[in-house]
Amino acid sequence: MRTGNIVNMTIAQQTPPQQKEEQARPTRNGRWSGFLHILSVRMKELRREPEVIFWVFGFPILLALGLGIAFRNKPADVSSVVIISGAEAQDVLSMIERSPRKSSIHADVLGQSAALRGFRLGKYNLVIEPVGPSEIRYHYDPSRPDSVLARALADESLQSAAGRKDLIETSVIASSEPGSRYIDFLIPGLLGMNLMNAAMWGIGFALVDMRQRKLLKRFVATPMRRSDFLLALLSSRLVLMLIEVSLLLGFGVLAFHMRVLGSLWSILVIAAIGAISFGGLGLLTASRAQKIESASGLMNLVMMPMWIFSGVFFSGERFPAMVQPFIKALPLTALNDALRATILEGSSLVSQSGRILVLVLWGSISFALALRWFRWT
Amino acid sequence: MAKKNTVRIGGMPAVIDCRDLRKTYDGKVEAVRGLNLEIQAGECFGLLGPNGAGKTTTIEILEGLLEPTSGQVTILGQTWKSHARELREKIGISLQETRLSEKLTVRETVELFASFYREPRPTNEVLESLQLEEKADSWVGKLSGGQRQRLAVATALVGSPKVLFLDEPTTGLDPQSRRQLWDIIRAFQERGGTVLLTTHYMEEAERLCDRLAIVDHGQIIAEGSPAELIARLGGHHVVEFSLAENSHRAPESWQSLPGVDSVRNDDGLVCLSVREPHRTIPALLERVEQESAQLDRLTTRQASLEDVFVRLTGRHLRED
Repeated sequence: MRTGNIVNMTIAQQTPPQQKEEQARPTRNGRWSGFLHILSVRMKELRREPEVIFWVFGFPILLALGLGIAFRNKPADVSSVVIISGAEAQDVLSMIERSPRKSSIHADVLGQSAALRGFRLGKYNLVIEPVGPSEIRYHYDPSRPDSVLARALADESLQSAAGRKDLIETSVIASSEPGSRYIDFLIPGLLGMNLMNAAMWGIGFALVDMRQRKLLKRFVATPMRRSDFLLALLSSRLVLMLIEVSLLLGFGVLAFHMRVLGSLWSILVIAAIGAISFGGLGLLTASRAQKIESASGLMNLVMMPMWIFSGVFFSGERFPAMVQPFIKALPLTALNDALRATILEGSSLVSQSGRILVLVLWGSISFALALRWFRWT
Repeated sequence: MAKKNTVRIGGMPAVIDCRDLRKTYDGKVEAVRGLNLEIQAGECFGLLGPNGAGKTTTIEILEGLLEPTSGQVTILGQTWKSHARELREKIGISLQETRLSEKLTVRETVELFASFYREPRPTNEVLESLQLEEKADSWVGKLSGGQRQRLAVATALVGSPKVLFLDEPTTGLDPQSRRQLWDIIRAFQERGGTVLLTTHYMEEAERLCDRLAIVDHGQIIAEGSPAELIARLGGHHVVEFSLAENSHRAPESWQSLPGVDSVRNDDGLVCLSVREPHRTIPALLERVEQESAQLDRLTTRQASLEDVFVRLTGRHLRED
């Protein structure tokens, strides 16, 4: 209808000037506008750096995948043994191949020097030397668990093949519970290590970089509140922490059928406390460095002992008893232990209060010192 | 370009007032040694001097980024000690060599800085006045040097400041970008703003600044408008020449030429500060012919701030 169109056209012509006036009206910023903007800018910058996305999210998962496969629980480790060639070698070989243990033992026949060398180099766990028609000499290494196992298996095979009778009735119940595998131990450890790395690099390194570029100095010349700035950095860390926890636990559950016994809430609370404490530690290491090189050195110095001692890849209890108090006092140890207790055993937050206290102490003292020493210009 | 004549209205306090400013680093390096400044509203004031003169230290103290060892600083009637937050709302700064986030767009950068102020200007308006609208959605990392500098000034202007502090704003820029930035600074001044800038480019000081302070080794060695300084200290004209056989005749021999104020020998180039070149030059040519010498070079020009600086310190503004 023509008249309708003309009316619509007139209205369309009228709106643009009004829109322009609205654009020209000055905005008034509230108390939190600076904080929200810094937070959103930080998230945008991280999204636009593909390397960061890989190191924070992709790397721990790849590590878990690689280590989980390499150290997976195989039904039974196959023991490699070698039989020294000679008259009785074939008999021994056929006895082993007849035994019910056949699938756990793999046997080769070699000359003496080749056999002993193979044993020394770890290719074989046991050397079987037939000495006479019914006599065998074992060469084994009591300090290698594989060797001890190989000897026990081989001896059992040979003895039962030779006619030994078992006098006690035995029956077997086999149970392989998830929760006791290496991957179950590993994933909470990787999560803790990831939280530490991401907080130290994400906050510490970022601050030193900004200081070197004079961006900190530039910000501080504006009315921006310094506390808002730091709060925004911590908040962005917490947002990323949520994603990291979900990804790593999700991966563990889907790829390795991990059983998460603890409540998601407890896990997130512990992860959050860990992220904030390490954020404080990152802030402290970054408080004065003017160059990225010196900050990196300091951060590695702080983190590397914890990568080794805090039970990321293997339990810290393997170290001598004398150093255990120091290991337990490290923040990453507390975080990993608390995460394992919550994820694998379903422990409550209250039961972890000791470890949480360790984290909180590290965090608060770091923040207090950092704020006193921090170089803004 | 009409420059403003500063008329001091009796009793009106200075916008920037700085008394006996001193800054010593580590108890040894005296960067600023007793500086006094009084800058009026609407002025464009320049600190001119070579690198290491203490200009950056001075301006950072005035911006509230550095604490002086002693001395008083008053900006818009308030001190940094008592009114830091309020002052930061009223000033805008541009540092030497700030590297803004490369992965943010121009618009995002301006909006970030806008979010710090209570009543910032609309982003589009700021981008337009700095000729950055076309690049509004480009990443900072993709900007040219001139565009980056304009962005830096945009972040300084987004809070509608009363005072603009610029530390070496056009260092490293090509002539066209430099002129663009000068226009922007002038436009800010025309809207009533006060500007304090530091520079080691005499052309910039001459063209932009209503008044100047020449700074060397942490002290002000001369102050006034560019014209005043040149007239008072630079002479009116400079006649420069060099002779073919490069003989070092005594400077006094040239002093006797008519109209010569002073003589300076700059590595073989003789510089005469003269008042009446039309009398001196013919006399010079006659003398050269009399002595059967040969002129390699002869130039005549108006005195500049560079000449003022050389006469005051014996050194050049730029060590190149």
